[in-house]
Amino acid sequence: MIANYGYKDGSGEFFIAIDTDKCNGCGDCVPVCPPRLLEMAADEYDPLSEKTVAAVREEERKKIKYTCAPCKPASGRGALPCVAACEPGAIAHSW
Amino acid sequence: MAELQEFWRWTEYTWHHPEMDWRKGKRLAAGIDVGSVSSQALILVDGEIYAFSNLRTGSNSPDSAHKAVNGAMKDTGMELSNLKYTVGTGYGRVNIPFANRAITEIACHARGANFMAGPKIRTVLDMGGQDCKAIHCDERGKVSNFLMNDKCAAGTGRGMEVMADLLSIPIKDIGELSYQVDQEPPPVSSTCVVFAKSEALGLMRSGWSKNMVLAAYCSAMAHRVSLLLGRIGVEDQFFITGGIAKNPGIVKRLEKELGIESVKTKYDSQIAGALGAALFADTLLQKGTQ
Repeated sequence: MIANYGYKDGSGEFFIAIDTDKCNGCGDCVPVCPPRLLEMAADEYDPLSEKTVAAVREEERKKIKYTCAPCKPASGRGALPCVAACEPGAIAHSW
Repeated sequence: MAELQEFWRWTEYTWHHPEMDWRKGKRLAAGIDVGSVSSQALILVDGEIYAFSNLRTGSNSPDSAHKAVNGAMKDTGMELSNLKYTVGTGYGRVNIPFANRAITEIACHARGANFMAGPKIRTVLDMGGQDCKAIHCDERGKVSNFLMNDKCAAGTGRGMEVMADLLSIPIKDIGELSYQVDQEPPPVSSTCVVFAKSEALGLMRSGWSKNMVLAAYCSAMAHRVSLLLGRIGVEDQFFITGGIAKNPGIVKRLEKELGIESVKTKYDSQIAGALGAALFADTLLQKGTQ
């Protein structure tokens, strides 16, 4: 399942997409994120599964444009730490 | 002084199966959907819909949940203690004291839509009171991709209520009236409820009829929702849940924009969340007793 966390507003679309089928539950993405946006939790969109997957913390979901900003400078932008740390390639940013 | 009429108010009601006897049932599972605007409770007896209620949410989730479940049990002789398993969902899900578990409304809507409209449903659009969710699901009603827009009330039931009040038109008539125009007007440019409200006032001042303003607002809303759906893609079959599904002013315009008809069922589109929650409760109940 692809879980899109984030929002769309007048200034654009801000979504972090986590593919829970690819996520192996390793948790490598959690410590590399400077503002600690991610967490490992039970897959809340598939209540009958017992898998633990990465998710964007609920209280952060409506402000990721700002929280993610330090990792996304206007010029000289390198790989995003969360995306780089994810070996199975389950994390993607829409902006 | 003119009598104050609440144009936004929609009809609250409860229903229970006239012939079924819940006392003969083994599995009594309930789903409670405490949304931002409306609350529903739905009771399944052995996997079949026995009773439900559709009421307005108050300012307090536990009270709203109690009101909804008591509404569904009205005149049936059933009591809260008879329910074997209860799942809460919706905005107020974490604050329902008697629920055994809370499940997100996205999973519940997909499951409910799967039950209501059949396993061929792939795209579910929930147009709720305060947010809008686009969900892609598989043949079992399991979510495979979703997108939620809950940061802004544009394109939601609350926005419609505001417009009903502003134009003094009962909310249930909006859809029909929005087609009583000579020519489809261009959509309002702002989808933000507050800005759209001032834009609507401006349009009326410049001579637009109420129906034209409604048409312009409905098409702006339909367009906005279609953009949201564009991100996850619309796959046949398509189903709309939530209160706005009852508003043809939006539904038909959205279908036209997407070029796809939505599936219509005999069920009330507003109960999808509670139905999904009750189905999860039923599954969890079966799992527990095995």
